[in-house]
Formats: sequence, structure tokens, C-alpha cells
Amino acid sequence: MNVQTVSVLLSFILILALAAVFLRVRGLAHEGRDYAPVQGNAYRIRAFGFWFLILVGLPISIWLFRENPYTAEAAAPQVINVTGYQWYWELDQSEVAAGVPVEFRVTSADVNHGFGIYDAAGTLVAQTQAMPGYVNRLTHVFETPGTYQVLCLEYCGLVHHNMIAEIVVTEGGSDG
Amino acid sequence: MADTTFTHSPATTDRGRRWVVLYLATTGLVLLLMMLAGLWMRLAQAGWVYTDPALFYQLMTVHGTGMVGIAALGGAAVLWHFLSAHVRLNSRVMGANFGLFLIGVVAILVADFPGRFGGAWTFLYPLPATSQGAWPAWAAALHLGGLLVIGVGFLIWCLELARGIIATYGGLGRGLGWHVLFGGSMRDVPPPTVVAATMVTIVTTLALIAGALVLVMSLINLAFPAVEINPLLAKNLIYFFGHTFINATIYMGVVAVYELLPRITDRPWKTTKVFLAAWTLSTTMVLIIFPHHLLMDFAMPVWAMAIGQVFSYVNSFPVLVVTGLGALAILHRSGIRWDLVSTLLLISMFGWMAGVIPAVVDATVVVNSVMHNTMWVPGHFHFYLLLGLLPMMFAVMIHLARGEDTRPQGSDLTALLYLLFGLGFVSMFLIGGWASVPRRWAEHLPEWQIWDQVASVMAVGVIALTTVFVAMFLVRTPAILREG
Repeated sequence: MNVQTVSVLLSFILILALAAVFLRVRGLAHEGRDYAPVQGNAYRIRAFGFWFLILVGLPISIWLFRENPYTAEAAAPQVINVTGYQWYWELDQSEVAAGVPVEFRVTSADVNHGFGIYDAAGTLVAQTQAMPGYVNRLTHVFETPGTYQVLCLEYCGLVHHNMIAEIVVTEGGSDG
Repeated sequence: MADTTFTHSPATTDRGRRWVVLYLATTGLVLLLMMLAGLWMRLAQAGWVYTDPALFYQLMTVHGTGMVGIAALGGAAVLWHFLSAHVRLNSRVMGANFGLFLIGVVAILVADFPGRFGGAWTFLYPLPATSQGAWPAWAAALHLGGLLVIGVGFLIWCLELARGIIATYGGLGRGLGWHVLFGGSMRDVPPPTVVAATMVTIVTTLALIAGALVLVMSLINLAFPAVEINPLLAKNLIYFFGHTFINATIYMGVVAVYELLPRITDRPWKTTKVFLAAWTLSTTMVLIIFPHHLLMDFAMPVWAMAIGQVFSYVNSFPVLVVTGLGALAILHRSGIRWDLVSTLLLISMFGWMAGVIPAVVDATVVVNSVMHNTMWVPGHFHFYLLLGLLPMMFAVMIHLARGEDTRPQGSDLTALLYLLFGLGFVSMFLIGGWASVPRRWAEHLPEWQIWDQVASVMAVGVIALTTVFVAMFLVRTPAILREG
């Protein structure tokens, strides 16, 4: 299961759970009760919810940050220099080996672009921004050989949607 | 934590009521036009209506800018209407803001249609000045100038709120209830509306200053291209402004929940220390979490990215466990009969709380790496704007149309249908994100278009029901204005 599927399932499950709470409150609203006991229960739920979010959710959020793309692996065996232009990509090579880290050094010659790598099934697998004056280093390991597409993921003007390039990933094993 | 006091607002003695009505009427009309522009874009992406990409991006720019503008205009009306019962405000400021708003709107419409400007509402530097001939420099300058004029109007409006709160409560810190929260005082406890207004005043003022700064810098760059801006600095300023400003509109709108639910249920919304702590936390968090928009800009400092992820999560606490739970508690077993206003308010709290979930998910770097700038992003913000902010505004419109009578009236079927169509509409964005569909593409691949087609049908339903809510208000507008 990829990150997208986990994200959408988690979001929809939590939204449905929240909807169930709202439906229950809506269904019972016609019953008139004293507010004090209702409020007392609400305070208890609030305290539980607060400490749950702190003690369970916060450590998870901090732990998940360890999975970040900001610390590029030193001396990746394969390097591709990428420059975004309105409206095309310039890659100094377009063929890499699978199973071996590739460092993309991404910049832009004009406006902001988004360097998004899509696999053969059309799933986004990695991205970084292409910004003039800066080089963003994105390290990615292609697990599966095939033809990948680079799509622009930052609005950059009238032909933004046609700013597409290809990367061919060959069987791995060599140092590229 | 112990309750501090009980505050139950009286019926408003609104100064500037005519302006409030005019703001809301304008909001309703522009909202419908912007929704139609949005529908047009979804139909184009669905492959059902051919649209030249240049026109698509002009529509996208107008839709984004217009929606942010009316979110602020409608939010300002809601906040002013309820705040003016607690704080004496100068209604001429509402008129000045409205005049500047109209001037800015005209400038933007001229820039975006005859001028063909299509630089998106985020006007990301250096795109306005670098269009490859798609639009002239004057159009970019006129669009940015229009934004600046609108921003100046809202800044004046914020300063008037600040003046009123300081004059009544003795300072913005006291407006946030810090003398209660930190000093243990029980005197001059601000009601929830004043606390929210103080937060809005602080964060919106700072956002507008940052926005004005980057707009002026961009205008100078347009006039003198040799004067360049650091693109990363410009991006930070733009997202600090954009993120904070649009979030503040929801904090403006939520006072409708604080004010109307107590009247509907005859139960108080208390200013507790927990409530005050939550709003102080929100004030801080909203200002510092904007780097979650820049998680894919690897040139940013890693500590800023950590703040963007972790504090975006923490920022959900006040919404989820204080305001959201507070609204549910006040409604639970309250003996009410649901009607249009109360159901819209219930939906607004659901939309806001539920919209937080995909927002927090996307603010997680590991997710953002494969979701950023996909349809997931418009999915989360349409969730809490379409199903959070707008129902708050509709509830106030209908409340005013009913002469502020909070007794239940009629059916709430239209609100429930709005919820269903709205859920269908935003779900298609989220599913598009799951399918890796990029946002802001004029043309979609055939395999993506099923989501666009379903979204288009849902959008028609949303627009039809929005028309009903706005019409209910507009038909009563002349009478409300006559009543004064």
C-alpha cells in the first residue's frame, strides 16, 4: 500500500468517525437535558482527547519527521542536473539504473516549477520544487525499471500542463 | 480546568448594520459568480467543455483571488456584526474598506480579462513579470495593484478592530484574556467573540503587512526588472500572507457559532481558561506554521520544515478539542428542533473539523512528498471553506433574513443536500490527490477525468443550493436595510 492510499484511507476513516459523532449529536439533540452533566461529560472527553493528541499523536508526528528528504545521501552514485524552463525540462541525462540512488540537482532558469516524478502507473513517487537561484537536491531510488515521467507540479504559466519529460530506468546493478 | 465566567451575548446593537448587509449581499453574488468559474474549470478538466488554456488560467486566477476576497468580505461582515455588540466601532471604516474593495475588484477584473493576466492568486514571484508574452506588464501591475488596494482596505479595517478592542478592554493582550489566563483576574473577562476578534486582528494585520511588502516588491520588479527579489524570500512572504489571511477568515466566521448556538439552545458559551489558552495557541500557531506550504522547497532550513509539520498538527488541537467539542456539547441533548440555521452551523463545525484532517495529513513531509500540489491540496481547503466557512456565512445571512429570530423555522433539507453535494465535490478533489492528479492543470489526462466529471455534477448541486441560500437573503435585503 503506497503513501497515497494510506493517506486517503486514514483521512476518510477519521472523517467518517467524526461524521458518526455529529450524527449522534444531531439525532439526540431533540432530547432536552440539563446542561451541567452534558458539559461535565464534554470536559472529560476534551481532557481525554487533548492528552490523546499530546501523548499519542505528537510523538507520531515528531517520529514521522525523521522520514524527510532534506538530508541528501552523500555522493549518490548517479547524478542528474535538472533545469526547468517555461515550458520544458532540461535533464543532462535521462537514463538511470534501478536500485541505485539518484541525486537530482533541480533548479529553474526562469520561474518556479515543480519537479514531480511519476512511475509507469501514473503514481507520483517523489518531488521537489525548481526555484530560480537555488538548487534543490532530491535523492531517489527507482525500485522498478521502466519509463517514468516528469510533470510540472508548480503553476508556471500557460503551458504548465504540457511541461513533461521522460526518464528511462534500466535494470540495476551497475553504478550508473 | 475551572470555568472562569459565563458570557452570553445580548442581541446585537450593530453599528454599521447596513454595511454588514451590503458586505453579505456582495459576498453572496460574487460567491455565485466564482462558483460558476470553478464549475467551468472542472467541466474543462472533465473534457466536457473545451476551454483555451489561457482562458482557463485566467479563470483560475479570478476564481482563487475572488474566493479569497469574498471569504474575507463575508467573514468581516460576520465578525463586525457580532463584535459591534461588545465593542464600539466606527462604521465609516466598513464603508472605506468596501470602497477600496470595489476599486481593487475592478482593477483585477480589467487585468485578468482584457489584460489576460493569469498568474494565479498566489502571484508567485517572478511569474507575474515572466509570462513569455501571455500577458502584458501593465496587466500584472494592475492585478497586483488591485490586490494592494484591497489589502490596504482590510488593514484599515483591522486597525479599527484593534482600536475598538484596545479602547474597550485596555489592550490586545486583555482582548485575548491574558489577564485571566496568566494573571488570574476575574474582571473584564472578554466574551468569545472579542477573543476571536482580537486573534483575527493580530494575525490579519501581520499577514497584510507581509502581503503588502511582497506586492510592492513585485511591483517594483515589474517597473524595474533589474531590481530582483530573492525568490525564496518572496515565496515565504506570499505564503505567510496567503496562509494566515485565508485561515483568519474562518476565525472571523466562527463567531457566528459562538453567538448563535447559545441563543438557539439557551445554553451559554463560556469563556474558560481552556478557551483562552486555545485562542492564544491558535494566534501563535497560525503565524508560524506557514512553512508547511514550502515543504518541497529543500533550500528552506530544516527547523522551519519541522515547525511546518509538527506545529500544523498541534494547531488542530484548538479546533478539534475546544471549539468543535464545545459546539457539540452545547447542542447535545439541548432539546432543540433542527432548522436551516442550526443545521448550517452544525455542518460548519463538521466541515471545519473534518477539513483539518486532510490538511494535517498533507502537512506531514512523508505525505507531502507525494501529495503536494496534487488535487489533495484544493481538496483540503475546499473542505473547510465550502463546508466550514460558507455554512457559517449562510447561517448569518438567513439569521438576518429572519429578523434575528432564533426560534426554529421550517425545514433544513436544503442544508443537508448542500452537505451531501459538498462532500461529493470535495471528495473528488481528495481522490484526485490519491490518484496523483496535479492541481492547476488546464487539461487532464483521460484516466483522471472520471473524478472531474463526478465533481462537475456535484458542483452543479452545490451551486443550486448556494443560489437558494443567497436568494433567501437577497429577497429580504431591501427590508433589512429599511428596518435599519
